Order: sequence, then structure tokens, then C-alpha cells
Amino acid sequence: MAKSKTLIKGNYAIAEAAIRSGCTFFAGYPITPQSDIPEYMSSRMPEIGGTFVQSESEIAGISMVYGAGACGYRAMTSSSGPGISLMQEGISYMASSEVPAVIVDITRYGCGLGDISPSQGDYLQVAKNGGHGDYRCIVLAPGFLQEAVDDMPLAFELAEKYRNPVLVVCDGSIGQMIEAVDLPDGIKDHDANQFEWSIKHTRNGKHKTFCPPFYYDITIEENDRLVRQKYEDIKANEARGETFYIEDAELILVAYGTTSRICKEAVIKARSEGLKLGLIRPMTLWPYPVDLFKTITPKAFLTVEMCVIPQMVEDVALAARGIAPVYSFATGSSYPSVKNIIEEANRAIAGGCKEV
Amino acid sequence: MQGGVIMTKELKIPDLIISENGFCPGCGHGVMAKLLSNIFVDKHIDDIAIAAAAVGCGCMIKGTFGIDWVQAQHGRAAAVASGMKKVRPDNFVFSYQGDGDAGSIGIAETIYAAKRNDNITTFFINNGVFGMTGGQTAPTTLKDQITTTAKNGCDYNVFGEPLKLAELISTFNVGYVARGSISSYKEMQKTKKYIETAIDCQMNGNGYSFVEILSPCPTNWKLSPIQSLSRIDKEMMEFFNCGELKGNGGSSC
Repeated sequence: MAKSKTLIKGNYAIAEAAIRSGCTFFAGYPITPQSDIPEYMSSRMPEIGGTFVQSESEIAGISMVYGAGACGYRAMTSSSGPGISLMQEGISYMASSEVPAVIVDITRYGCGLGDISPSQGDYLQVAKNGGHGDYRCIVLAPGFLQEAVDDMPLAFELAEKYRNPVLVVCDGSIGQMIEAVDLPDGIKDHDANQFEWSIKHTRNGKHKTFCPPFYYDITIEENDRLVRQKYEDIKANEARGETFYIEDAELILVAYGTTSRICKEAVIKARSEGLKLGLIRPMTLWPYPVDLFKTITPKAFLTVEMCVIPQMVEDVALAARGIAPVYSFATGSSYPSVKNIIEEANRAIAGGCKEV
Repeated sequence: MQGGVIMTKELKIPDLIISENGFCPGCGHGVMAKLLSNIFVDKHIDDIAIAAAAVGCGCMIKGTFGIDWVQAQHGRAAAVASGMKKVRPDNFVFSYQGDGDAGSIGIAETIYAAKRNDNITTFFINNGVFGMTGGQTAPTTLKDQITTTAKNGCDYNVFGEPLKLAELISTFNVGYVARGSISSYKEMQKTKKYIETAIDCQMNGNGYSFVEILSPCPTNWKLSPIQSLSRIDKEMMEFFNCGELKGNGGSSC
């Protein structure tokens, strides 16, 4: 008998996938549209002998994750726009101290208070860092719930492999929609003592200090070199993306998250009408999958994103430099429709759009 | 004592002190490093103690005090320590914080560690100034004290009255709260007992413990080390009453 799927709300599935990835520590604060994650964790963590803390703020939540992560445990927090802004200091500290952590960002609309509806307006914050200094976060951007579930174990593995914070960024619709998914089988047994670098319970271990390494262990010039090397390695090895009908495409759409689902539909519909569209779907926002742009020569690229001010299009323009002109379709607070995407693509091909 | 043999005690560098410190002459942090080292060895927690360090002068203790440290963000040391304790409950976990860190930018994290009665210990080093940044007004700066942001002396109409953090923490259902001083041998012996009691509190699982320590900052007070100790006795201890505020009988003195 085939394994049966679980019909489950996005945020719950993400939380359960984290648990099954061996996450035993969660600290977070309520904010719509991610509050289902701390709610789920509050009852699920005690069942598996893990820890749930409803922290007094997102600042405290990320700080607790910092402490637990330094001890080698799989620790995570989750939030949305305003809360992710508050976490930036902690994320920067973890990057500098090389402490792994997973941060789930269920994005919402607007700057400031904004609103609780789904949006992709936090692209620049997540992909370019909201915190201070020379660091990057690996940013996984699932296109649908199953991928979000599959990204959770991957997020913890990458966080540990590079000793760096990893963001899993889902727009609010992925968090809020109910879909059928395959959850990971069983709960991974994570050994927090396997790492040479972590704070352990064992006595007489080597004295460890989690702070910028150049304070005690290496010179600041060596630190420059190691930081640069680490992020070059990530860039070379961890860019992920999907292509869809790009080989013969006249115009290639570029979209991530929920928007990419609509773009896929637009590609199929347009091709049935004789317009050869394709799609590049970044699955990581950093590192950006630039190589996917290098194998093809369409007439144009059209970035489709659900934000007010075009954001990802800046990365598309860099990736498509010297290949073809890049156009932007930023749909503000609304989802794009298949019809609008095809109209915009036709306009771009006909030269009726302003190049980015 | 047998047959006229004089018992001697060899003075040696405490076990946990792994290198010279970078504190100014007469600074209380160097004294605290030595005091904590001796107490940790006596209480047999020297190899299970792990900590979150504040941002400020206090964070320089990481280089001299040889345990595992996490350098917390400014003000967040109690939250970082709580995260460490939740996953490593058998370790002795403490935060080491100054007045700017725990009392100003991090007061929410400090109070919430107490509100949750997390089984960690906070050592709160109160010297009444932001030391590392050059002597600005702190939440614990006393009236008329000259700082770089109160050049004519601290005016309560501008800055408000000093924060009595130990008193504030003692209003919560926590394990132990005390305030001591390191201004003299006599005061240091009392403070040593408070620290030992706080350690017992955590190791016995009795919840949050908080020890405030009145500490000298000769550099930013523009006083000599000796004058600084005398200022603690004469001015700070007048405002900040020392003693046990909660737990262990709660004998405030």
C-alpha cells in the first residue's frame, strides 16, 4: 500500500517537519500569519521531550535559539516581517559566532505594521540580510508546502554544515493553506554532542568562546579570508532552482514561492495559445541560482513578484546581464493572475515595457 | 597547629584564570573573575559552568575566565543563558552582565528570566556607568554623579532615579536575590556567601538566582582605585542596600 499523505495546514506541517528533523528547541513569539507554529510547538515539543518557550519578544526568542544552538542542539524560531526585523541582531551575532540555527519566515504584506496578508515584500531583507556586517544567510524559498516540508531537514543540515543561520522563507499563503504532504518518516535522533565545536556537558573539554573568532583564536586578516571562503563555498555549492520549459522559450518568467505556482500555470496556458513561455524558479534566494540563466537565450526575462516595489528583479538583472533584457511585474498586495502574466509577457516581447 | 609549625598557604593563580585580563587597574571585573574562580572551584562547578557574556567591559572576562562562553547580543545574555540551560540542564549556567546591559537595553530579557523563574543565575555588576563606551549615564547612575552624558552631574529630572534591579527582581517568585559589594574584605566575604547561595539555588533546581555586585570603575569615576572603593561604601551602599532580598530567609540588612 502506498504511503498515505497527510492533509495539513502549512504552518503545522512546517513545525512537524522541523520536529522530525531532530529539532528539540523552539522559542518564538506570536505574530500573524505564523502563530500556528508556536501554537503547534507548545503542545508537540513536550510530547517529544523538547523545549518550547514563548519568549517575551522575537529578540529574546532568537537569543534563546543562539544559546541552544551553541550547545549543538537543533534549535529554531519562526516569525513574520516585523518580528524578523527584531531578530536581525541575533542572526548577525550567530553568523559571526558560527552558530547554526533555522529561522522560518512566513512573510506578510508591507513595511512597518503592514498587514497580515501574504506578500513577497521581504525579499531584500531576507536575501541581502537585515542585520549588520559581512555575513549571508542561506535562504530556502519553497514553492509549495511539500517543498517547505522537505526543506526543513535540509535547512538544519545546511546550518550545521556551514555553521550559519538558515532562513526558510514562505509567503503567508504557504503557511496558511491546507495541502496533502508526505512528512518525513519518524523523528531523527540528533546527537548534540557529535560536534567538536559545541558546548558540551563533558568535563575538562577545551575552553570555547562563541564570539567573532578573531578575538581570541585567529588574526583579523585570517578572519577576513575564512569568512570570504565560507560564503564563496556556499555560493558555489548551495544554489538551487527549478527550470520549466526554458529551452525554447521566447520569454522566461522568473518567480519564487506561491507566485511561481501561478507562473507555471501561465506557462502551460500560454504555450497552448502559441506563446512560448518558460519559468526559472529560484529555490534558494541566497545563493541565487545564477547558473540557470547562463544556458539559454530568450528574448526577454520577466520577473513576477508579489510586492509593491520590485525587489528580486535586481538579482535577475545581475544574473541575466548580457543575455537578454529584464522586465518587472510587481503585483503589489495581490496575487498575479494567469491572464495578467500572459498579457504582461506579450507586452514585454512587443517592447511595451520599460527595461529594468 | 603542631609544635610551632606555621601553616602557610601558597598564593597561586586561580585554576580558571587562563590569561591576563584587559581590565583597567582597580576595575571590579578583575576582582570578580578571581572571586568567581575560587568559588567555582570550591563548589565543584568549575568544569560544568557555562555562561552568556554581556556586551560592555564585562565581556572581556571571556578571555581570562576559562569556561565556555557565548557572547550574547547587548542586553540579551539572560535569554541566551536560558536557551543554554534548557538544553544543558546539568550544567551551571549563568549570565555575566553590567548595569547598562541587564538594566537598560536588556531589562526585558532580565525581567523575563525572573518571571519564568528560569533555573539560571545572573551576576549583575553594577558600577553606575557605561564603562566600555567611555562613562555615559547608566540606569544606576546616582544623583549629581558626573558622566559624559551628564556633564553637570546626573539630574533625576532628566534621567530619572536609579534602577534598583535587585529589588525589582525580588518582586517575582524567584529562588534567590541578593546585593553585595566588593569594596572591602568584609563586604567581599558577604558577597562570596551570596554567590555561593545563588549557585546552590540553581544546582538544587530552586529557580532563578540574581546577585547584584556594587563594583568600582576608577577610570570613568575619575577616582583612584582606593577612592573608588571608598565611594562604594559612602555613596553607592547608601542608595543600594546590600543583603539578601529573597530566598535563604530573605534577611535584608
